[in-house]
Parts: sequence; structure tokens; C-alpha cells
Amino acid sequence: MMSLYDQLPILVITLPLLAAPVVAVLPGRGKLPWLFATIASALTFLIAISLACRVMENGTIPYLLGNWEAPYGIVLSIGPLSVLMAIVISGASLAGLFVSLGGMDKEVPPPHQPLLYACWLLVMAGLIGIVTTGDAFNVFVFMEVSSLASYVMVANGPNRQALPASFKYLVTGTFGATFYLIGVGYLYMMTGTLNMADLSARLADVADTMPVLIAGGFLMLGLGMKGALFPMHAWMPNAYQFAPSPVAAFFAACSTKVPLFVMVRVLYEIVGHHLGSYGELLSGMMMTLSVIAFIVGSLIAIYSEDLKRVLGYSSVAQIGYMVLGICLGTSAGLTAASIHMFNHALMKAALFAAVAAVVVRTGSSKIEDLAGIGKKMPLTMLGFALAGLSLIGVPLTAGFISKWYLIKAILEIGPLGIFLTILILLSSLMAVVYIWKVIEVAYFKPTKIEIPDARTEAPVSILIVLWILVLANFWFGIDPEFVLSLARSEAVDVLGVSK
Amino acid sequence: MTDQFILLSAIAVPLIGAIIIALSGHSQNLRDSLMVAGATLGFITVLCLLPSVLAGNPPKASVIEIMPGLELSFAIEPLGMVFALVASGLWILTSIYGIGYMRGAEEKHQTRFFACFSIAIFAALGIAFAANMFTLFIFYEVLSISTYPLVAHKGDELARKGARTYLALLIGTSIGLMLPAMLVVWYMTGTLDFTPGGILEGKVERGVGAVLLLLFMFGIGKAALMPFHRWLPSAMVAPTPVSALLHAVAVVKAGVFTVLKVSIYLFGLEYLKELWSNDVIMWVAAFSLIAASLVAMQKTNLKARLAYSTVSQLSYITLGAMLASELSIVGGGLHIVMHAFGKITLFFCAGAIYVAAHKTEIPEMDGLARKMPVTMGAFLIGALSVIGAPPLGGFWSKWNLMLGAVDAQHSIMIAVFLLSTLLNIAYLLPPVIRAFLLKPAQSDGEPGIQEAPLFCLVPLTLTALGALCLFFLADPIRTFIGSIFPGGL
Repeated sequence: MMSLYDQLPILVITLPLLAAPVVAVLPGRGKLPWLFATIASALTFLIAISLACRVMENGTIPYLLGNWEAPYGIVLSIGPLSVLMAIVISGASLAGLFVSLGGMDKEVPPPHQPLLYACWLLVMAGLIGIVTTGDAFNVFVFMEVSSLASYVMVANGPNRQALPASFKYLVTGTFGATFYLIGVGYLYMMTGTLNMADLSARLADVADTMPVLIAGGFLMLGLGMKGALFPMHAWMPNAYQFAPSPVAAFFAACSTKVPLFVMVRVLYEIVGHHLGSYGELLSGMMMTLSVIAFIVGSLIAIYSEDLKRVLGYSSVAQIGYMVLGICLGTSAGLTAASIHMFNHALMKAALFAAVAAVVVRTGSSKIEDLAGIGKKMPLTMLGFALAGLSLIGVPLTAGFISKWYLIKAILEIGPLGIFLTILILLSSLMAVVYIWKVIEVAYFKPTKIEIPDARTEAPVSILIVLWILVLANFWFGIDPEFVLSLARSEAVDVLGVSK
Repeated sequence: MTDQFILLSAIAVPLIGAIIIALSGHSQNLRDSLMVAGATLGFITVLCLLPSVLAGNPPKASVIEIMPGLELSFAIEPLGMVFALVASGLWILTSIYGIGYMRGAEEKHQTRFFACFSIAIFAALGIAFAANMFTLFIFYEVLSISTYPLVAHKGDELARKGARTYLALLIGTSIGLMLPAMLVVWYMTGTLDFTPGGILEGKVERGVGAVLLLLFMFGIGKAALMPFHRWLPSAMVAPTPVSALLHAVAVVKAGVFTVLKVSIYLFGLEYLKELWSNDVIMWVAAFSLIAASLVAMQKTNLKARLAYSTVSQLSYITLGAMLASELSIVGGGLHIVMHAFGKITLFFCAGAIYVAAHKTEIPEMDGLARKMPVTMGAFLIGALSVIGAPPLGGFWSKWNLMLGAVDAQHSIMIAVFLLSTLLNIAYLLPPVIRAFLLKPAQSDGEPGIQEAPLFCLVPLTLTALGALCLFFLADPIRTFIGSIFPGGL
């Protein structure tokens, strides 16, 4: 007899998936679609947390769909990193929805909102599907579910430029997904299976053959495009800039990290060990790109004029850190990358929530229009500044923990590590510059036009979310045990090293 | 338990004070009196810790362990105790002075100003009591960030530009140089605790240690070792109370305090002496010491001259740390105290002159002593103390530093100290001479000039008297600092 409790692994996907069509047909006036989507997100969030507790106690949860045995049926395989990502995704969705409560009406006309929220849930379902499934082809299916819905969401932006942004996103996204599919196709050709565990076992026989090498290349290329790894990042800052602000908050926190999660699976659990001498070459190339990503990303962020764009390029840089950690191929590197996936979600969600609040009140996210906003919206800007500290990596914030572990992992690889450490610190310093550029304008630049002195603080719902996230940044900077233990046990699961 | 509680509350009082100041911004008088009360309470709490430290039973308090070997924890040792007493004690006077100055100069955003000021003191106390390098680093960064709004206070292009240089150099050096050094130390030794005798001996090779020393010494930007000293003159755009307490006492002394802590408790004096880079830093410090004095002579703006004088005086302490003898360390510790009283007096006077007479350039100050005798008298005492003339406190710190130079067999450094003393005279006494002896410029009679408000005048008189008293009180302090070495001096 199976209880509902045993079905939680599948519910975490199907709940938002089934809720989506319901939201789509709800009436557009009033807050009903929002409420329904929020309840669905909250439930998903709770399920994700309960799964996390289970994983922390018992290790990876296998779940057989329809009770079909493993290589033939579809399995879900929920490991430590999966639950961490599921928490990030559903949490980001919840946070984004609360930001929407105060900020969506200004940017998207109410009649469009039911469809938008339906897509919202589809994105969440798709992303969670990607991180929980144990089947390489299912990843593609869920990827398409989430991507198609997210193109719609970006296109809903208040500006006409949202359409080209969404189109750019669509083109890159489709290319990425197609490349991924080609890679999976080659693997299927060589092994006749799509189950990840099975793939890994069977690939051992055909390791280092041309089709497998090509598959590895295509998989990484596709995921790099999806994950906005430099130089395939151009779609991302655009999409964030022109999407409705709450949507940007949701996406910035989780959407690019999911392809990176798949990258972990591909590199460590599927083809990584079967590429022969080319494995090193591949990870070397990826590392080079990631280093360029965090230097160039930070540099462009410094010279960007729009707040959302600054944060978008900062994400390009942060993704560089994560890919670097993943491609080190060591347990410490994987741990660092996992930690940063979680922590970066916290800081970016907080920063974008603050930006959404600013957009609600001023209608603009241009940095020069922010003059004097520190006085008008003190709580919002203080939240922004604190989350910015976390992005920079100041001690006692989550960002510090990320950087500390990343640098520790890098120092392990020898002399090259020292050089990379210097580059990482350089990029942190650039983060100081682009965050401070905003702070300086917000607090110290006199306003051009005399604005009434009254405070126009952000809507309460946004403020609450913002401050919960800011406090979380400090909480996980002071007591990172929860994230650490999940990240470590993932590294142990994947690499079989205990440390 | 109780000692622990006092220790934590001593650090927390200024933070709570900051919140109270921020909340009571609607009523100026209420806010300002609460601030002075908070400052006094803070000093008393710090003072309460003194008996148990003197009894050789210093309290420790651990707040939380973030990662293995990385703890947020506090412990008191003599050097930190002295620094905390100086910072919190002078904060009372500065807050009183600040009230007079900010009202007199009709500055805006006073609530933000005083709240950030309070946070800066909180950070300084955190630095003073930090039990390990990690904790110290956290508060070091808090100090950099919380003082940024104070430097950028005026908000005009000049202030923002100065504040940008300020933050860029302080954060740049700390994240770019000090943090990696910390990381390497932690990676190689597994701890960052301040341990008597150092933690590197036997765990880190001399060659690596030498590089670490370079990273630390240049990374502690607040110690203003050349070429990373530019932030200090830039910070002079801030209102004078900031320059007085923060950029003559709390911030810069936090820098040299960190230098001393790192030298004594991370490297250990024996280990430090054997590093090749020790000599390099020693000569860089000697160069900064002389060069900054020479630059100071060229400056006609009073605050700029004092700023370069501070750069020079900070190098005394770095030099003392690099000499790595017990006497020179004690001399460095004493200099933290002595220079604090001398320099804060000078800045208080500069501020009083600005408030009362709106003068900032030295040539404008001819004959000013006829109008402002008390201020200029205090300026003279402060200047003499910084120069190191008896009977003023500054004499003893230089005395010990020079003894330390002999002790460490670097007698040539005595020449450096003496040369710099001569230069001190050359740049600190002319304003006094002009004010007392020259006739005021004829063209503008300016009959309106009189002494600054009492709020300004009383603190600067007290600090000047303090500099005088320290001449006679030097020995207990010297013995107290000396007790960091087993067996004392």
C-alpha cells in the first residue's frame, strides 16, 4: 500500500503541471490566478523541503514511474543536489510571485495575467522535472516545457523590445535544446538506452569512440547555450532586462542554473568518464570559457547603464564561477559549485526583488534615474545594498561562503590555482565597482528634479520578500550547514569520495 | 559568564546606539544626548573589562563557528584592550565635538552621519577584541563600508570622488591582497587564531611566509603604507569629526593595530625576523615615513597636511612591527595611544578653526591666536606631542621605538626616526608660529571671529590635557602592553 508520502517525488512535478491549465482558465480580473499559482508554488516548495529532509536522512530517492523496472521504465532519481535545486526553483517561484503581487499590474495588463501565471507554473514544473528525472531524454522534454513557457513570459514584458529579446532567447534556447537532443541521440545510438545510470554503465564498453566524443561535445555545447555560458550568453541580459520585473526575479534565481545542474549529471554521471583523453580537453575548454565569463561578464556589468542589465551580466560572471567549480572535476569543486548555485539564487532573487520595487515606483531601471532613491525608498535600497554585499562576497554573507569554497577548491589544483584565485578576486573587486556605482547614485547623487520629500516605499509584499531573502543571505552566510551538507553528500554520491 | 556578557555588550553597545540614533532622528536634541549617553556607556563597559584583563584572566567569547577553523569569536589581549579604550574613550569627546561642529557648520543628514559614526566605532571595537584573523577581517570590512557614507557626506562631486578613492583602495587592498593571504594561511595551517608566538612556524616555509608578509602588509590598506596611502588624503573631504576620530584614531589605528596583531600573533616575532621581505617592508615603511613628511610640508591646506602627517606617523608603527623586537612592538603600541591623543587634538583644532573662522588654508591663519587663543594653544600642545617633545606623551613612544631599533640591531632606523622628527617640526610648527607671532592680514579685519562653540572647545582642551598627562602615565601603559610577552619587558 503506497501512501501519498511515497508519491511526493512525482507530485513535486505534477502538482504545478496540473495546476497550470486551471490557472489559465481563471478570470483575469482580481487576484484569483495569482492566488492559485501562489498556493501551487507554496505546496511545491513544502514538498521540496520534505524531500530534502528525506534525502538528508536516507540518501538518494529512486522513484519508478508506474512501477516499471529501471532501464525500461522512466525513473526519477532525486539526489542531494536535485532537492537543493528543487528548493531553489520552487522558492524562487514563490518569491517571484510575491513580487508579482505588488509589481505585476504595472507591467502586464490583467487580462494577460492568467496565461502568464499558467506559463509560470509550467516553467516551474519543467525546471523541477529536469532536476529530478533520471532519464536523459526526459531532460529534453522538460527543457522544452520550461523553455517554451518562458519565451511567452519574457514576451509579456511591458516594452516592445521584449519581443526581440524573447525571439533571441527562443533562437538560442532552441539551438541549445537541439544540440542537447543530438547528443542524447548519439548516446542512444551507441547504447540503446536513455536511463542515466544505465547509460553510464553501458558507455564503458564504447568509451572513447567517435560518436560518444561527438555526443559529449554536443551535450556540453547545448547546455552551455541554455546556461548562458560565455560566449553564448547574449540572450540572457536581454531577456532579464525586458521581461516583466517579477519574472526576471524568478528567472534570475533559477533558470540558468538548471542547465548547469544537467551539466553536472552529464559530466560526472554519464559521459564524463568515457571521453578518454578528450575529457581533459573538454573540461579545460570549459574552464577557459568560464574564466573569460567571469572577467568579461563583470567588466560589461561595470559599463552597463541599466540596472537589470548590470545584474544580468553579473549573472554571466557568476555562472562562470559555477562552471569553473563543476569543471574542476574534484569533490571540492563540485561542492563549491553546488553551494554557489544555491547562494547565487538567494542574492540574485533579492537584488531583482529590489529592482522590481524600484521599477514599480519610478517606472525605470536606468541607473541615472535612481538619483535620490535611497531617500525615497530607504528599506528597499538598504536591502539592495546588503544583497549587493553578498554578491561581492563580504564575510558573513552567503556570497563569502561560495567564494571561500571555490577558492579553496581551486588552490587544490596547484600553481594554476593561484593565478585563478587572483582572477576570481579581481572579478570580486569588479563586483564592488558595479554594485557601488548603483549605491553611489542612489544615496549620494543629488536629484535632478526636485522630488517631494515624502517616502514612497515599495509595496509591502515586495518588501517582505526582499528582506526575507536578504536575511537568508546572512543566515546562510553565518550558518551554511544545511547547504554544505547537501552539497557534500552530492559530491560523495557522484565522486565516491568522502571528505 | 558575566565577563563574556560584558565583552559582547561592549561591542554591541555602539551598534545598539546606532539604531537608537537612527530611530530618534526626529528630535535633534534627544538624538544627540542619547548619542553622548551611549558613548559614555560604551566606554564604561569597555572599562569594566580592564580589571579582569589586568588580573591576567581575559574573557573570551565565541559567537558561532561558521566553518571548521573559522570562528566568529572574541578574546581580549593587552594591545586590543588599549586600542578599545582609546577608541571608545575618544568617542565620547568626539561625539560632543561632533554636535558642536555639525550644528556650527550646518551640515545636512546629521542622523545618517551619527548613525554611521556609531557603526564605525562598533567595527573598531570588533577589531580590537577579535580573537582570530577572520573575525578581524569581518569588522575591518564593516569599518570600511560604514565610513564610506561619512566620507561621501557632502554629496558633491569632490566628496563622491574622494569617497570612491577611499573605498576602492581600502576594499581593493583588503580583498585583493589580505583575503588571499588569509586563505593561504588557513589552507596551510588550518587555523586563523591569534596565538602568542605565531601559527606559521613549522607549517609554512620561509619563502611562502615572506610572500604572505608582503600580501598582509600591503593588504592592510588602513595602515596607509605607500603606495596605498592615497585614500587617507582623499578621506579629508569628510566633515572634521570624521577626520579626527576615524582618520586619526579608529580607522588608521585599526590598520596599524592589525599590522601589530598579524606580526605578533600570526607570524611571531622570531619567524618574522627571518623573512627576507621583512627588510623590504621595513624600508618601505621608512620611505613612507620620510616621503609623507616631505609631502606634508608642501601642503598648505591644514587638513591635507595633517593627513600626510598621519600617513607618516602610521609608518612609525609598521616600522616598529617590522623591527620585531619587544621594545619596538611596545613602542608601536604606545604610539597608537600617544599619536591618537596628539592627532585628534590637531584635527579638533582644525575643525574649530573652520567652524569659527571658515579658514582651511595655513597662510590664512596669520595672527589667529589673538582671536582663538585656547584653540591655538591646544594646537601647539598637540603638535609638540606628535613631534615627540617632552613633556608630552609622544616622547615615550618614539623613545621606545628608537630603543627597539637598537635592540633589533637596525640602528640606521634611529636616523630615520630622528630625521622624521625634524621634518615633523618643520611642518607642524609653522601654523602655530604664524598664528601666534604674525600679524593678521590687514585687508580683512574680520571682527566676527571668536573662539569656536563650547561643544568644540571643551573636547579639544581635554585631549590636549590628555596628551600632557600621558607623559606621566606612560609607564603603566608600557608595562601593560609589555605583558603580551611572556615575562614582560
